[in-house]
Amino acid sequence: MTYVRFAVLAVLVSAAVSSAAQLPAPALAVAAASDLQSVMPALASRFERETSGRVTLTFGSSGNFFSQIQNGAPFDLFFSADVDYPRRLEAAGLTEPGTLQPYAIGRLVLYASKASGLDLGRGLAVLTDARVRRIAIANPEHAPYGRAAVAALTHERLYDQVRARLVLGENVSQAAQFVQSGNAQAGLLALSLALAPALRASGTYVDVPAAFYPAIEQAAVVIRASSRKDAARQFLTFLGRPEIVQMLKDAGFLPPRPAAAAR
Amino acid sequence: MDWTAIGLSVRLAALVSVLLLVIALPIAYWLTFKRRRWTFLAEAVVALPLVLPPTVLGFYVLLAIGSRSPIGRLWTAWTGHGLAFTFQALVIASLVYSLPFAVQPISAAFARIDSSLLEASAMLGASSWRTFVRITLPLAKEGILAAAVLSFAHTLGEFGVVLMVGGNLPGVTRTISIAIYDQVQAFEYQAANQTALLLLVFSFLVLAAVYALQRRPWSVSPL
Repeated sequence: MTYVRFAVLAVLVSAAVSSAAQLPAPALAVAAASDLQSVMPALASRFERETSGRVTLTFGSSGNFFSQIQNGAPFDLFFSADVDYPRRLEAAGLTEPGTLQPYAIGRLVLYASKASGLDLGRGLAVLTDARVRRIAIANPEHAPYGRAAVAALTHERLYDQVRARLVLGENVSQAAQFVQSGNAQAGLLALSLALAPALRASGTYVDVPAAFYPAIEQAAVVIRASSRKDAARQFLTFLGRPEIVQMLKDAGFLPPRPAAAAR
Repeated sequence: MDWTAIGLSVRLAALVSVLLLVIALPIAYWLTFKRRRWTFLAEAVVALPLVLPPTVLGFYVLLAIGSRSPIGRLWTAWTGHGLAFTFQALVIASLVYSLPFAVQPISAAFARIDSSLLEASAMLGASSWRTFVRITLPLAKEGILAAAVLSFAHTLGEFGVVLMVGGNLPGVTRTISIAIYDQVQAFEYQAANQTALLLLVFSFLVLAAVYALQRRPWSVSPL
């Protein structure tokens, strides 16, 4: 039947078109926790200039990347916002042995939009203010900053009082976007995002004391299925350079603990 | 503006709408002309993607093509890499997601054909294939065109399914709607605005074209 022939032809043509679209990308595919949104593009383009290789960046929540990598997502390098997800990938044999590397410690801040008129000097207790109708945090189910936010609120015995007003961003960057756009009056965000120009212009922040939440130890790891392991390792080495550590510091991250780095 | 994402979306949508015509024509024919008592069940299955949350569809597609499923394993044995998070995965997901947008306009166009024309063709000795090609297809060409345009537009705009099975890889699975999502999260409102406006204008033009094609009393659904 002619129709069958037509159908077979169409399928073949389509397969050819789609496989042409699927040429192995020569770029280093980096999955990065969204708190790196403000600094990673600069790091990547610097690395690109120095090595004349290409880097593609995908930002999202660490927990999402964790499950995507388990399902075979073709990333070469994974920058998690905590060390737990890379360790679990390592335990599952999905990472290149010996490549797990802490690169920073993330800091949680309380951020409020200027329009809210809140006095952040009161610390987290300001969240019980009636003017705070919505508090943005990252989803604690799969975002380390969300878990840190819940831990800090619990530590201050505020969680039950403010729980009904929490709005969950899919990752900490979306939580930041909720506050920046004025849809939430306050948020518990990454310092790295609070320092980004768009947020700095529209609000203020105070540090949440580090004792209120477990340290957000951030770690990167090379994925075992990667075909660009050398470039991935090179990127990790690049991160250890003093001027890059300084860039991360300026962007709102603490350097990784020496003990963690020795692991 | 993220031209890589726009190019990727256009390629995906073009591919999906061509493949969907191939798939939808026999399905629409069968649903319209070969009705049985239980055909309504098949109609419900075809229309499911209209009402299913994209996350449900994305979840099932991910399971179906994942590394643990037979399809996923076969694909890996064949090509050496997994099917999830590839362009092909987006094609498969979009075929399911946009199926009703291809089948329903064609089916509706078939149903509007005066059956006496088809009977006359058969009386004059034409085979059912010849009748289909010479009578049915030309009379349904507006519906077929509408099907192609709608499935193109619908695929271009899909978000949830793509996010779930594609994983947002630049140049591979980052489509235009995901690029907008990324731009908003990166506070690049200007860029998001431009891209969103492009999609808005395009969607309006598509619907205007579809309604212009179909000179019937207006109904909200263009199907």
